[in-house]
This record gives sequence, C-alpha cells and structure tokens, in this order.
Amino acid sequence: MPAFDRAAIDFLVHDWLDASALTARPRYGDHSRETFDAFLDLAEKIAENEFLPSFKPGDRDEPELKQDGTVSVHPLIRKAVQAYLDAGFQLASFPAEQGGMQLPHLVASAAKVFIQAGNVAAGGYPMLSTGNTRVLMTRGSDTLIDHFARPQLEGRSLGTMCLSEPQAGSSLGDITTRADFDCDDALGHRYRLTGRKMWISGGDHDITDDICHLVLAKIPGPDGKLPAGTKGISIFAVPKRIPAEVAGEITRNDVVVAGLNHKMGYRGTTNCLLNFGEGAQYRPMGRAGAAGWLIGEAGEGLAIMFLMMNEARIGVGLGAAAQAWRGYLLSSQYAHERRQGRIPGDRHAPDQVPLVAHADIRRMLLAQKAYAEGALALCLYSARLVDDIHSNEDESARAESESLLALLTPINKTFPSEYGPLANSLAIQCHGGYGYTRDFDVEQLYRDNRLNPIHEGTTGIQAMDLIGRKILADKGEGLQLLARRVAATMDAAAKAGGFDRQVAALGQAMATVSEAIAQQAGSPDTAFANATPLLFAFGHTVVAWQWLDQAVAAKRAAEAGSVSESLARGKQAAMTYFFDFELPQVAGWLAPFASGSRAALDAGEDIFWAG
Amino acid sequence: MKVLVPVKRVVDYNVKIRVKADGSGVELANVKMSMNPFDEIAVEEAIRLKEAGVATEIVAVSIGEQKCQETIRTALAMGADRGILVKTDDAVEPLAVAKILKGIVDEEKPELVILGKQAIDDDANQTGQMLAALLGWSQGTFASEVKIDGGKATVTREVDGGLQTIEITMPAIVTTDLRLNEPRYASLPNIMKAKKKPLDEKAPSDYGVDTAPRLKVLKTAEPEGRKAGVKVGSVAELVDKLKNEAGVL
Repeated sequence: MPAFDRAAIDFLVHDWLDASALTARPRYGDHSRETFDAFLDLAEKIAENEFLPSFKPGDRDEPELKQDGTVSVHPLIRKAVQAYLDAGFQLASFPAEQGGMQLPHLVASAAKVFIQAGNVAAGGYPMLSTGNTRVLMTRGSDTLIDHFARPQLEGRSLGTMCLSEPQAGSSLGDITTRADFDCDDALGHRYRLTGRKMWISGGDHDITDDICHLVLAKIPGPDGKLPAGTKGISIFAVPKRIPAEVAGEITRNDVVVAGLNHKMGYRGTTNCLLNFGEGAQYRPMGRAGAAGWLIGEAGEGLAIMFLMMNEARIGVGLGAAAQAWRGYLLSSQYAHERRQGRIPGDRHAPDQVPLVAHADIRRMLLAQKAYAEGALALCLYSARLVDDIHSNEDESARAESESLLALLTPINKTFPSEYGPLANSLAIQCHGGYGYTRDFDVEQLYRDNRLNPIHEGTTGIQAMDLIGRKILADKGEGLQLLARRVAATMDAAAKAGGFDRQVAALGQAMATVSEAIAQQAGSPDTAFANATPLLFAFGHTVVAWQWLDQAVAAKRAAEAGSVSESLARGKQAAMTYFFDFELPQVAGWLAPFASGSRAALDAGEDIFWAG
Repeated sequence: MKVLVPVKRVVDYNVKIRVKADGSGVELANVKMSMNPFDEIAVEEAIRLKEAGVATEIVAVSIGEQKCQETIRTALAMGADRGILVKTDDAVEPLAVAKILKGIVDEEKPELVILGKQAIDDDANQTGQMLAALLGWSQGTFASEVKIDGGKATVTREVDGGLQTIEITMPAIVTTDLRLNEPRYASLPNIMKAKKKPLDEKAPSDYGVDTAPRLKVLKTAEPEGRKAGVKVGSVAELVDKLKNEAGVL
C-alpha cells in the first residue's frame, strides 16, 4: 500500500491551483507538467523510503550530547537528510542565477508535504537551512554567499536560526548576546559574539561537518552598553568551523552546546542551548569569542531575519498540515481494516463491521480530512501567491498577491498548527486504545505536531499580527482584496449549481467578520486582548472559502475526467462537513470579540494562583 | 561499448490493483504508473558500467503510449544518455516487444542489452529470452552480479538451488534480478538535464513489426480471498489432514 494519497496532492497542485499555467511565464519557462510530476515522484519516493523509516527510531532514540561535547543524531535520520540533500531538494525554489532549480514554490511546497508527512523531525534540518540560505542570498555579500550559502546549496552544510535566548523568547528586543567589533578580514566585518541562544533546532549534529548559524546580537554603543529594544539588533553569520582563509586552517569556532532540550515530540531534531564566546573549549585565532560576520548593516538584524519569516511561517503551517494528513490517512486505513461492533438497526448481525461503518467514526475521519486537506490547500494557495509575486508580469497583480499573502500568513501559520494536532487527536480516537500506544504512529504525530502552535511566532503573536499589522494598520485593504476573491468563488459555486446553502453561509460569515472588525476598530485594548478568537473566526472563514473553491474545482475536474469521481465526492463530503460543523463556530468566536469582552483584561493578575 | 536498456511503464508497485468490473483487465485510469522496478535495476547496472569505464553510451527504450516518454525521462534522469520511444497505443505482447527490440538492436548495434527479468504487471518473464533467441546472442538471466571483461561477461545467476556463475560471449543479453544492485534516486538537477537529452520517437512499423495480439485474454479475476482455517482436535488429525487433504507429507 502507498503511504501517501498522491491523487490528493495532484488535485491541489494541478486541478485546483493549475501549476502548469505558471510554465507560460518566463521565470518558469524551463519547467513543464512532466518535470513537476518527476519532482513530486522523487519526493514521494524519498519520503517513503528514507523519511518514514526514520520516523519511529528517531523518536525512540533521542539525540545525545556526548562527553566530548558533540551531538549525534539517529543514523536513519542522517541517512534521510543526506538522501534529501543528494537529490538536491534544497535547491528547489532558489532562482537559477543563485544555482537553484527555479521551481515554483507551489511545486516545491507540495514536494515538502511528502517529506514532512514522512518525518517532520528529519525534515526540520533542511527546512531551517533553506531559510538561512535565503537570508544569506538576499542580503549577504558575495564572499559570505560563497563561504556560507553555497555549501548549504551543495548539501555540504546546514543552517540554523539563532533568535531566542533563555530570558528572551518572543521578546527579541530583550536579547543580550553581544557582538564586539574584532577586525575586517577576508570575509568582511568580523565581530566576536558572546551570549547564549535557546531553542536552537539543528544547533549541532553530525549530519554535515559544517553548520552556519545566523545569530541575532547587539553591537554595544560608545558607552559599552547594549542598545535597548529591537532597533539595536544586528545579524551575523557564525560558522561552526571557521574557514581556512581567515584562520589559516579550518578552526573550530567558540560555539558550544551547553545542553539539549528534551522535548515532547520532534525528538529527531536536535534542540540546543548554545553558548557563544565561552572561551573555555575553543579560542579561535587566539582568543575567546565566537567569530561572526555582519550581514547587511548594523541594526538591520530583525528586518533581515524577517525576510525568511513568511516562508518559515508557511513552512510551519505546511509541516503541521502534512502531519494532520498522515494521521488522517493512517486512521482512515485503520478504520477500513479494524472490525468492531455492529451498527444500529443490525445489532444481531453475525460479524462485526469495519470501524468505517460507524457514523461517529466517519464524522471523525471527515473532521480530519476537512482540517488536513483544508490546511494543505491553504499553504499551497499561499505558495502559489509567492510564485505570483515572483513571476506575474502585471505589477498590480503582484502587489495584490503580496497584500493577500500578508493577510493570510497568520492564518497560514495558525489554522494548520492549531487544527493539525486536533486532527491527530481524532486519529488517535479512531484507533481506540491502540492509538494511545507507541505501537502505532498516531500518538507520535500528535506529540510532534504540538510544537507547531508555539514556534515561529506563537498563536497569540499571530493573532496580534493579524489585528495590528494586517487589519488595523492596513486600513482593511487586504480584507477587501480577500472579499473579492471570496465573491469570485461564490459566483463560480452559484454557476456550478448545488452549493446554494454554502454560498449563503459563506457570505454571512464574511459579513459578520467584517462587522465585528469595524465594531472594534476604535477599541485597541479589547481588540488586542481578544485577538485570538478573531484569528480563529477569520481562519475558519478563509478555510470555508477554500473548501467551497476546492469542491467546485473537484466537481469540474471529475466531469472533465482528470480526477476520479470518488475524489470529487470526498471533497464534497469534507466541504459539507466543514460548513455544517465548523463554520457555525465563527459566530461563537466573534461574540466576545465584537462585544469587546473585558473578561481577560479585567481579571486581575492576583486572581491566578501564584503558589 | 553501447548498452541498450528497455524500460517499461507499469502500475506502481505500491498501488493496490483493482480488476475492471467487466473482467477485461485491470483498472488503469487515474492509477499511478512508474518504471518497472526490475528495469530500474537494469538502468542502474548500465550506469555503473559506464561509471566503471566499461560502457560508453546508454540508450533507454520504451514501447507503448506517449506517456512512456516519462519512463524514459526517469531513466535519463538517473543517468542514461538518450532515449527511443516506440509509440503505440496497442497492448504489446512480449514477442512483439522482443521483435521491436531486435529491430532497434540491428540499428543501434549495442554490445549489451540489460533488461528486467520480468515486468511486475503481467510477470511474463519472456522478453529477454525471446530477444536472445531472435538475435542468436548469449543470455545471462536472473543476474545478481555482472562482470564484463575482454569480450566475455561473467554473470552470477539466481537459480532455484542457489547461485550459478556462467561465462558468456559478448554481445549478450542480461536480465536483472532483485539483488543485482540498489538503484539510485534521480536528483532535481538531473531531472532538468534529462529534459535536454535526445529522445527519438519511432513506431513499430519502422521496424516492420506487427503488434497485433497473438494471445486472447478470456477473463481477469481477483484471486479468491483467504478462507478461514479449521481447528484440529489432535496431532493425529493434523498429520492426517497434511497427508490426505493438503498432500504435503
């Protein structure tokens, strides 16, 4: 049996988002449906043959910090990542002039779905590296690109992102890692970094010899003090091993693993507390301090780091969606195989029926399908917007895609990461007691997926981004754009026929979301305090819109014979579920937001038990 | 030395096969298709011979509908040099395939043809042997190891009793068994390079071959499901059943 439902991905990429249309644009002119299919075939094969086999072992045998300070990952994880790098997937979305394959993000993201569904913890290493390389390619000097980005593209090095510190997680203005100017050398402006970085995924490992850390740090002012707030943050490329051009020979940098975090899930990805500039174990070029090279200008650190943040957030959403999808596929298959009980009205049947014969099991499968395929659709739709930004020849269309992507990014991060774990919880439920055991994969999917509402901006941060930057500061322009796209889908659905109920419900949901926002526009206190329920309401409305769009497209594709009739019926069923069970919840989330509930604001801090 | 590698487009090994409702064959609509796994091993072996400096050029051939071009591209992405698609929408039986391949061999003059020992769709296990007979070449079938040296090929064959090593004269036909090698993955850069490699298109008539079927398919049916077992009351009853019902003792 195949591990993945390839037809589901092909539908989204080709029948729904029309990837082939992109090949008419000069940027993607070298590609064709045939190469897209070949890339997806390869991704599916590597996911199944390399990533899946590393899924359980990588969780069971966590990475270990050895006596000599080195960290080793599970050999199957090393093998999976190596196969990914050998196949050149890290090159996928980079432009040809940077040595990449110039694939549409849509196709590169679809390929990642298989990888992340195979083992998200192994997929984490190359995903972080892609963000790192993107930053270097966009703002690094040619020298820094040659030394630190090219090796990553060639699969000889992997990259990390070092933002958080033990005392400063999301609050980056409070970081205290210090960068003192050292000298100008062959690589550029060299600084010496001192400080501690927390939650560094891929912070050390033995997959590649080289690791390139991108580190946020502050350069002290003339008084020797670190500037306050985010404006004083700069970004540095800090390699694990300093190139010979600078140090005379390849030299170990003053970056050490102070400890590994022992996580609930995602265990195959090393997660480190890194100490920079301890000076105890390594003193490169004769002194303490981690050698790092400034990227861009001093003080631009956060702006530069955020160049990869949208991509990272879509990436987190995609990973969460992929795990939800795998849980759905596993529990769906299990529900066909496992016989249990009899159905009402046929209590005395001699044989037990398969689980899938029970309506409540089908409800849980539909919920998973609606969350998982809804989340996959959302992420791939956003990837298609990224392609539009890169390739549409019409400037206003590019600007439109950019606004819409900005508005959708917090949804893209949040809906998959909040509903992915819920889908995985239902996958466990479909398995009954067996699902709660480690003999099956679903409990691990649930644990792995629980990270996603936390990293790359928590759900709370996404909610404030949505209400603050994307709605209030944007003066509703993005919202109007979205409303036009929703209206287009409603028109298409009306023409296709048979969707009247959903068209009306979607129109109603859009209107109540807009009204609630208008009601709160002048009350930032309550609007921010209740931003998370708004994010949920908004997210569900967006996903309902895309479900309707998917169902219409599937109906059309089945009529044209390009997808099976059962796929179209599946889309119709999941869409119906989403409109019947999920969309009505929008009103519940909007009620406290629209009325400006002060429940959280007015609850004094002292009412919460402080021990 | 030129090596010819025929590759067949078949239903992916992972797909659960469904028989068409009218019993005329298996369902192929909206089903994932891939290169026959034994042919992947054949392509890999040819590439290894080229990497070892023994082979100089690898030509991948596929016979069938236009989409077989994708299977040839897969071979090109793995490392074959060029492709030939012999296009036909008819179902082509092993004998016709062997005749077409003979025509290609006459034109291309390879010294070695490496084929999968069988295709996983109909498991016929005939084409390699038929081609060897038509050409009058030596054949080393079910190969788990191949060495080529000075006009001779040493082929280790997987036979019922274990392994048999034979020496055959070139030019030769080799058919691959599972243990011969582990095929490599293609890579993204090689998939793009494969697009630019030459791929000729031919028809069976170019080789004077009539592909009309010689065999008639009467019926296609799923194997019967496994029946429930029985509990035996004693060892004596078990022995009796094994002896008289199962006939294995």
